[in-house]
Amino acid sequence: MLTYTLRRLLIAIPTLLFISFVIFMLLDLAPGDPLADQPLTIPPEVREKMRAALGLDQPAWVRYLLWLKQFFWTEPLYIIDGIFGTEFAFDQQRIISWQFRAPAMDVIWQRMPQTLWVVGLAYVVGVIIALPIGIISAYRQYSWFDQIGTFVAMIGFSVPTFFTGVVLIIVFAVNLGWFPSIYDTTLKITDWESFTQQIRQMVMPVAVLALFNASQISRFMRSSMLDNLGQDYVRTARAKGMSEGTVVLKHVLRNSLIPVVTVIALGVPTIFGGAIITEQVFKVNGLGQLLITAIYANDLPMVQTLTFIFAVLIVLFNLIADVLYGVLDPRIRYD
Amino acid sequence: MRLKTALMGAAATVLTASAAMAERGADGHVNIIYWQAPSILNPYLSSGTKDVESASLVLEPLAGFNEKGELFPRLATEVPTLENGGVSDDLTTITWKLKEGLVWSDGSPVTAADVIFSYEYCTHPEGGCSQAARYEGIQSVEALDDLTVKVTFTAPKPNPYNAFVGSTSPIIQKAQFENCLGAAAQQCTDANFGPIGTGPFVVTEFRPNDVIQFEANQNYRDPAKPAFATVTFKGGGDAAAAGRAVLETGEFDYAWNLQLAPDVIAGMAAAGKGTVINAFGTLVERIEMNMTDPSPNLPEGERSTVKHPHPILSDIRVRKALSMAIDRNLLVEIGYGSAGRATCNLVPAPEMFASDNTECLTQDIEGAKALLDEAGWVPGSDGVRTKDGMRLSLLYQTSTNAVRQDFQAIIKQWWSEIGVETELKNIDASVYFGGDPGSPDTFQKFYADVEMYANNFDGTDPEPYLAQYLCDKIPGPDNAWQGENINRYCDPEYDALVAELAKTGEISKRAEIAKKLNEMLTKDSYIVVPLVDRGRNSAHSNTLGGVVLNTWDSELWNTSDWHRIK
Amino acid sequence: MTDVAPRKVEEAFRPPRNQWWDVWDQFKTHKGALMGLAVFALILITVLIGPFIWSMDPTFPNLRERNQGMSLAHPLGTDQLGRDLFARLMAGGKVSIAVGMTAMLLSLFLGTLVGVLAGYFRRMDGLLMRMTDLFLALPLLPLLLLMVTLFREPLSQRFGPETGTFFLIVFAIGVTSWMHTARIVRGEVLTLKEREYVLAAKSIGTPSRRMITRHILPNVMSPIMVSATLGIANAIITESALSFLGLGFPPDFPTWGRLLFDAVDQMQLYPMRVILPGVAISLTVLSVNYVGDGLRDALDPRIRGR
Repeated sequence: MLTYTLRRLLIAIPTLLFISFVIFMLLDLAPGDPLADQPLTIPPEVREKMRAALGLDQPAWVRYLLWLKQFFWTEPLYIIDGIFGTEFAFDQQRIISWQFRAPAMDVIWQRMPQTLWVVGLAYVVGVIIALPIGIISAYRQYSWFDQIGTFVAMIGFSVPTFFTGVVLIIVFAVNLGWFPSIYDTTLKITDWESFTQQIRQMVMPVAVLALFNASQISRFMRSSMLDNLGQDYVRTARAKGMSEGTVVLKHVLRNSLIPVVTVIALGVPTIFGGAIITEQVFKVNGLGQLLITAIYANDLPMVQTLTFIFAVLIVLFNLIADVLYGVLDPRIRYD
Repeated sequence: MRLKTALMGAAATVLTASAAMAERGADGHVNIIYWQAPSILNPYLSSGTKDVESASLVLEPLAGFNEKGELFPRLATEVPTLENGGVSDDLTTITWKLKEGLVWSDGSPVTAADVIFSYEYCTHPEGGCSQAARYEGIQSVEALDDLTVKVTFTAPKPNPYNAFVGSTSPIIQKAQFENCLGAAAQQCTDANFGPIGTGPFVVTEFRPNDVIQFEANQNYRDPAKPAFATVTFKGGGDAAAAGRAVLETGEFDYAWNLQLAPDVIAGMAAAGKGTVINAFGTLVERIEMNMTDPSPNLPEGERSTVKHPHPILSDIRVRKALSMAIDRNLLVEIGYGSAGRATCNLVPAPEMFASDNTECLTQDIEGAKALLDEAGWVPGSDGVRTKDGMRLSLLYQTSTNAVRQDFQAIIKQWWSEIGVETELKNIDASVYFGGDPGSPDTFQKFYADVEMYANNFDGTDPEPYLAQYLCDKIPGPDNAWQGENINRYCDPEYDALVAELAKTGEISKRAEIAKKLNEMLTKDSYIVVPLVDRGRNSAHSNTLGGVVLNTWDSELWNTSDWHRIK
Repeated sequence: MTDVAPRKVEEAFRPPRNQWWDVWDQFKTHKGALMGLAVFALILITVLIGPFIWSMDPTFPNLRERNQGMSLAHPLGTDQLGRDLFARLMAGGKVSIAVGMTAMLLSLFLGTLVGVLAGYFRRMDGLLMRMTDLFLALPLLPLLLLMVTLFREPLSQRFGPETGTFFLIVFAIGVTSWMHTARIVRGEVLTLKEREYVLAAKSIGTPSRRMITRHILPNVMSPIMVSATLGIANAIITESALSFLGLGFPPDFPTWGRLLFDAVDQMQLYPMRVILPGVAISLTVLSVNYVGDGLRDALDPRIRGR
């Protein structure tokens, strides 16, 4: 398993380089222009100069190589400088966002806290409620608990978050006035009062996202449990006189986890991708909002950097999932 | 334009100034929400209106426009005119005098050097300045003394109020931006995110595309202002959410540009927490007719070029019939409510430039039908007119926007009543307005028969705006589709009249020529079919006082007068 | 499961019959599945046949009858341009269900194919899974923009604007949403491959193609079924987002997702306009889910025997 992991990590390097190249070409070929938002009153000659100032007059491969160098050389140096106070990266050009004319990584770090708080927490909450619901639904298939669970799950993923979010805002922010409709990203938690304020502003976005995540995961958990509950080994285990709890929670659950692990592992990178619509509805302004505004503004360096970080996480978590398969089912061998 | 207006503007400021009695910072905190989030606070590197408006809390020009579109001095002592000798008789120079004792928010004095530097910063060839057009036609900017700046133009300039006027060309501090000239502009993150200014507020924290925190400028020139000690400027979301936050929950005090259906706004305003305000500028929603053939059967590079005139729309009778079939008042009622009014003009304001053309305002379906009959288009069996085997079928494109899609549906219906078949297409705004020569879907390429969008002009002088329709500004493959003459309209008489406008200094004559040009494009030729003069809806909470909606300059032009109503 | 599975004694005396009858018999005992099937059929009938009975043009703006409530002339009222909501719901349903089903099938097909191949043949695993990683990492919006720019015009010239757009949307959604299914199926195949019966079948020389179709595929049905229900909802909503961005159908062309999206701003004034398309989408997904549940049970011989 260790050699497998190491080999996969090595393969990841060319894979990621290839992915970064494909993303770059895709962004470059996709229509759109960083000056789209400028008022139409700006004459064409001025637009041409503005494009040149962004480096857009260079050929694509030059811009790609420049980005590679900045991402893999200059940015790490800056991080090292930040930690040790050294000056390795002195005067080297970092990845500059076209919208902000500022280092893209700085803005990404700035967006991290609210993204992790809201999207990350919603994911954890979603998983925590999805697993027991999936298990009980499967164990008591077609009971009223299962039926309600199914119904809520269906609503959860067939009704889009742009709708549920607005419904929550109208009910709880406009009519009842319990929670704020706009997330305050500058809030610092210093005392009890600011802590409760933070909780209040997180309740609605977290609820919307957690419902969505939980409905998906619980469906996979339920179906996988159902598959395994009918297997011969379950009958054998029961026949041996094992307690029901041990049978279900130890044997069946462990064997049912493979698809669930896959789904959860696929979901973790999306936390860092942010939740575009939910962030928009509640004005959380996390990484999702950063990505979508960058795409709309055709801020290629920012989009490229964000999607590439996202790609690294995808490769990493899919590797983790593959390793976990081996742990959950020792029969799976990769070597 | 010369300048009764400017003088009146100066008088207006004196009046507003007397309203101040409160103490600086006494009214605490104010929350502003823009559903487009500002990404930079340097208007010279801005990527849209949102950046310029947020920066206007901090940075100021020499003179600005008030809500009536009149000039008034901000950093200058007065607006230079021919009468007061500030503008030379031959219209080639303008001399500005700075107010005495002005200081930046860091306490250092504002001098002529800062003004000159602002010019140099924006005109640097490698800087990529978004507002470079405001500094066009300037030969030199020089300091006569510490507080006096003389701008010399390359040719007589009837309208010298471009440079240093309005929130799009403010004065930036030389000391702060000195090392940010040209290509270095990109590296100056601190300066771009926190410019030092002369305005009523100072940036304390800037999070790009998210939120800005301001506090009162302790060195602001009026010791009693601003009334608010701190400002939160939140960006992001959508217009409905911004409206809700001001009008329904009361979390925010001011919401910008609520582009919402009239009944939605009315529903929100009924909650009683805030007030919707509106004002009109020069923004006109219009249908532009393509004078060239956009057919996909033509080879690439010849579509929508002057080589092939449009087979249907080249006939003025068809264009006129299309315009006659539209009921503009109903469009306003459905799409804009109080924030719109029907118009037949490309230049709807200022008043002296607006033609009194109102002929198009009454819908005339029967007349349109008769006109098409006359042009030889006969109704076919399915109701669509044909002529020489060609169907009267048009592709109608616009950007993605709820109101525009409603308009498309309605106009398609009206046109079908007169026997015109319409195919609708909507394109994402970032592609449509993006101008990428590689994309077939930009509004410049115009691979459609008619298209709809809105445009306006900066400030109060329509000359550059009307000059967009010159023959040599036709976009095409030879100029990478860069050009503002979207319709491919070409009339030597029009070109000659624009040239005459550029030479004319006297304001009433200018107005006369501008009106004539406007009519040539609209009611004389139906090249441009104006639909709605679009005003702007914004909202403020009932406890926020001093708000005056201004469409000629930044909406936040008078935040120093904002105060809390107790 | 294997070919020589022991049969129950009484079955031997019955005349041989198609195994799909057994599946149907089992399916019939599943109340939820029957209900689901009935609801789904009802929706389909309404959407397909309804427009012939209620023949109002869904795109006709009747400007004198804007924002009407429910009445005889307009059973579900009209929208802000006076278009009949009932007609729009039916027209929208036709598109949404067609897009949802075909895009889901395409994405399931791609996902299952990639998942099974990667899981079963070790040699293809690395390449296919790295490709999956690539597709997961690609930013969706620029990809769609590019696809639309490249293919919209050729397709609409070839098949006409509506059919062309339909192909484009189905293709776009299918090609960008198969990766989850692929990863899940592969994970399951990896464990199934080591099960005793698979090893047994292998040892008697069953060829790979037969192994996959007879032994592997039936056993990965349940995660595929879950993916299918999730996929329909996802496709319907993605379609609305695409059309909203101008990447999909012409703007006056109603779909459920679009009706829902357009009405969110007016939720407080005209709640029916959001509730109706919302309910329609949920009902479709719910009924497909129950049908999927029943089908999965019916296809599983272990449960069928019970």
